[in-house]
Amino acid sequence: MKKALVPAAFAACCLPLLWLGLQLVLGGLGANPVEALLDDLGYTAFVLLALTLACTPAQILLGWNWPLRIRKLLGDFCFFYASLHLLTYSVLDQGFDFGAIATDVLKHKFIFLGMATWLLLLPLAVTSTQGWQRRLGFRRWKRLHRVVYLAGGLASFHFLLRFKTPRLETIAWMGTIAALLLIRAIDAARKRARVVESP
Amino acid sequence: MRPSDVTPKSVYLRRREFLKLGAGSALALSLPAFARAKVEHGPKLAGVTLNPAFALPEEKKNSFEDITTYNNFYELGTDKSDPSENAAKLQTRPWTLSVEGEVGKPRKWDIEEILKAFPVEERVYRLRCVEAWSMVIPWDGFPLADFLKKHEPTSRAKYVAFETVVQPQMPGVKGFAGIPFPYLEGLRIDEATHPLALLAVGLYGETLPNQDGAPIRLVVPWKYGFKSAKSLVRIRLQETQPPTTWSQYASGEYGFYANVNPEVDHPRWTQSRERRIGELLRRKTLMFNGYPEVASLYAGMDLRKFY
Repeated sequence: MKKALVPAAFAACCLPLLWLGLQLVLGGLGANPVEALLDDLGYTAFVLLALTLACTPAQILLGWNWPLRIRKLLGDFCFFYASLHLLTYSVLDQGFDFGAIATDVLKHKFIFLGMATWLLLLPLAVTSTQGWQRRLGFRRWKRLHRVVYLAGGLASFHFLLRFKTPRLETIAWMGTIAALLLIRAIDAARKRARVVESP
Repeated sequence: MRPSDVTPKSVYLRRREFLKLGAGSALALSLPAFARAKVEHGPKLAGVTLNPAFALPEEKKNSFEDITTYNNFYELGTDKSDPSENAAKLQTRPWTLSVEGEVGKPRKWDIEEILKAFPVEERVYRLRCVEAWSMVIPWDGFPLADFLKKHEPTSRAKYVAFETVVQPQMPGVKGFAGIPFPYLEGLRIDEATHPLALLAVGLYGETLPNQDGAPIRLVVPWKYGFKSAKSLVRIRLQETQPPTTWSQYASGEYGFYANVNPEVDHPRWTQSRERRIGELLRRKTLMFNGYPEVASLYAGMDLRKFY
């Protein structure tokens, strides 16, 4: 059972890719497949980011330790889907027109937020290995990986701006991200208080 | 114990067949989930002929399926596929279209009377959505100018206001669509009486599908799609500029005029290019959506200010 956790999580993380690949081949993405692909890849990356951020709160609130064992895997897959999302935007949506992409990023905050999120996730994905953890030292590594909180915030606003009007679903996801960050903040404040109290 | 002790050789030799069968049936079972909502074709409209002045032979028309499964019609839901899936929730008979305000002859029309009174022709128009996608659609309808003239607009009729239906069973009007209903749109009288402005009652020679704005809708091809209000129940001529839904919701993002303009971006995305549905890479957006004949309507106006 314990041994099956990581492979099972790996398989589950591959499902959205298989599903999208199959739909793409079978023409199931509708009249605007590029848009559907962008939306679905972005959504998958966002959900995986939320799941990554939920591992520590699950330990704090429920005492579960098993989510921490798949946290790296969830984070890596989040970056994988975010990269496919960015690749779809750059190649299929913008046709590799770097001038157009640069203008789009600088001029439109919706695109800027998406690009900023990916750029924040990039160093985290690179240093997600144990080797990098050792090289940086755990304290520094941990400080660097706190950037994921900012990424969660930016990704939420990127998601919100995707639609012409705010959607209930998006607002619910933003609330979820905010709650996950709040749980950590409260827990950290408590721990600090305990450290101060103890002689 | 060897594998051959468990699996008879005859079955073992058929293993590929078995795998193919398994994969095949899994695929077949999942196929219905991939298919788009099947759109019923409406009854044929009688006596519709293509107006050669609006044939647009250089453009490839979008398929009936594209035009009827990728829609913005918030009263039927906010996703592109919602309007076709919820199309049956719009009731199009009986239907009254009321013309009122600054007119000599106000009238409440029954839709059947309108269909009898105005000869319908086919016109192929480009449609450019504010979301930077576009289609080419063969509409069946008649000029809005002909319709308005029947009601003898007074000299005070400077603007025309359009109102879309609200029916309690439409899923979007109950939910959280973000915009208020009824959906309101408006045109200046000279825009409304321009020969390009159309009241459409069909497409591809068939009665308009509900998700495309049945039974009667506005089509203003040089403006972003949201100006072309669907499923009209009221047309009001008036002296003052009418409030319009999107410009009231976010005046920095959507203006009253909303002319297609590659020079003026939406705050969140560029309007300089668009994806033609059915094409992969974006193409350049044309000023006034490729209808330069409307430019004189805006002579002397700063179109960055009046976007």
